[in-house]
Amino acid sequence: MKEPINGKAWKFGDDISTDLIAPGRYFHLRTNLPELAKHVLEDADPEFPSNVNPGDFVVAGRNFGLGSSREHAPTIIKLAGVNAVLAKSFARIFYRNAINVGLPVLICDTDKVDEGDELEVDLSAGIIKDITKGIEITFNPLPDVMIRILNDGGLASHIEKHGDFKLED
Amino acid sequence: MYSGEHMGKTISEKIIGEHAGKEVSAGDIVVAGVDVTAVQDGTGPLAVQQLRKINLVEAKNPNRTILFIDHAAPSPNRDLSNAHNILRQFAKDTGVILSEVGEGVCHQRLVESYVKPGDILIGADSHTCTSGALGAFSTGMGSTDVAIGIALGKTWLRVPETFKINVTGKFQKGVYAKDLILHIIGMIGADGATYKALEFSGETIQNMTMSERFTLTNMAVEAGAKTGLVESDEVTRRYLKEMGREDEFRPIIADEDAVYERIIDIDASAIEPVISAPHTVDNVKSIKDLAGTKVDQVFIGTCTNGRLDDLEIAASVLKGKQRHPDTRLIVTPASKQVYIQAMEKGYIQTLVEAGAAVMAPGCGPCVGVHQGILANDEVCIATQNRNFKGRMGNPDSYIYLSSPATAAAAAVAGEIIDPREVL
Ligand code: SF4
Repeated sequence: MKEPINGKAWKFGDDISTDLIAPGRYFHLRTNLPELAKHVLEDADPEFPSNVNPGDFVVAGRNFGLGSSREHAPTIIKLAGVNAVLAKSFARIFYRNAINVGLPVLICDTDKVDEGDELEVDLSAGIIKDITKGIEITFNPLPDVMIRILNDGGLASHIEKHGDFKLED
Repeated sequence: MYSGEHMGKTISEKIIGEHAGKEVSAGDIVVAGVDVTAVQDGTGPLAVQQLRKINLVEAKNPNRTILFIDHAAPSPNRDLSNAHNILRQFAKDTGVILSEVGEGVCHQRLVESYVKPGDILIGADSHTCTSGALGAFSTGMGSTDVAIGIALGKTWLRVPETFKINVTGKFQKGVYAKDLILHIIGMIGADGATYKALEFSGETIQNMTMSERFTLTNMAVEAGAKTGLVESDEVTRRYLKEMGREDEFRPIIADEDAVYERIIDIDASAIEPVISAPHTVDNVKSIKDLAGTKVDQVFIGTCTNGRLDDLEIAASVLKGKQRHPDTRLIVTPASKQVYIQAMEKGYIQTLVEAGAAVMAPGCGPCVGVHQGILANDEVCIATQNRNFKGRMGNPDSYIYLSSPATAAAAAVAGEIIDPREVL
């Protein structure tokens, strides 16, 4: 995978639902993702959509992305320029959707990371450096199937490339 | 099985194995055929766009691919009207089925007309697990996963481990399937069953109607589960017969020696009416702790509790009464079929006379897009499955989840009360 990526941490708590990520009141913007992305996570942190910088990280607690199956949720996090989401655990559908749209999702212990910390993430080495704190955090590697899909740029590109699922050699 | 040792299979292992063309066990990752695919108006346009982007504008099984217009039906604004037309055009181009405005919520329509025991269903809606009550493996995924399922007729799956939820005993008066599932979610937590399948079994489940079983499997995802399942039996057969498709019945049962990750025993007779308080579904409280909470809006409907028996309970509570003057009442039948039957039985008349605003079949205000957005600081008690902050269109409002009996009782009282006081 790519070079290590650097950015700032935006810290969120447990149980960040897809209603907080992509609120239902913007349902009508689902066919206009750049507009929808202007509201990403605003109900969890009103500062986030206007102040997030390309390359930043979303860092959360348990069960990130619970709730609806809306793939718009990981899509607009990615569109906002977020490099990866780090959380203690993810809800199942969100996790799968994130890989399908090419957004890396990393399961790790996020307790030591604070809002604003400078992070460097090496996806292939499986290491997160909190430069502000001077610590390293490891994350569980993704399942092989998901690495393949992610490396192909998401599920649609995977199928376009292989004409079918190609989950093993 | 060269070892000579037979490994018992759960319902998920059996169904997925059949569709993968080989024996599978929990933890295996397989590509499996899918029988039914579905999207709705919130997730479908993106699925269509994905297929158009990679030039795969076709459906493997058009007769069992359904596009539902239910979340914003009828459309409240032009953006959504245009989104609806993306689905209508795709249906024209590919010959798949379009479920139009007024026909009902996807999950209710799926169980009425499309899913049968032993099927695999993938749907771009998290409550796709509802159909599991028919003895089908049904799970929610995102737009792209389902888009690929539509085009190729298959998907990839990790075979889930299973929690067996074994329920015995009879409900007390005023306690329903909804109270049971809220109780279970409160017990195991919103992520207590992430990636797992929940198999609901035991005498209480065997004695339930299909409608009650749908209420249970519908909410499996609220514990993080991949699906909820019930073995198909005579109750299932009778239901399919009522739906005019008895020939689609097939017994789907787990092996006696199936391997479960966890077995949870529940005594139904010990459960009291409960409510999920804001802002998470697992924030489950006894009704006693919340009695007296003032309620601005009551909503009865959705894929969880918008069926005929739910409207019957609501009508029996509201018969000859009026909604509290400070409390609005919104009722949305889950499908056209439910609506017609509720009219024939007089429930709709009763509810309207009691002051209800009855909406066209669909999701109604459940997802915060129209038909009952809450004002700041308002409180709603709803029979739906989610109470996340902002769910009903306003992050500065409060949603409580309950059974239809509890919701209807609140409509009369203007505040949360124990439904047993009015039943
Ligand atoms: S009724 Fe509510 S939970 Fe059910 S499909 Fe519609 S929006 Fe989703």
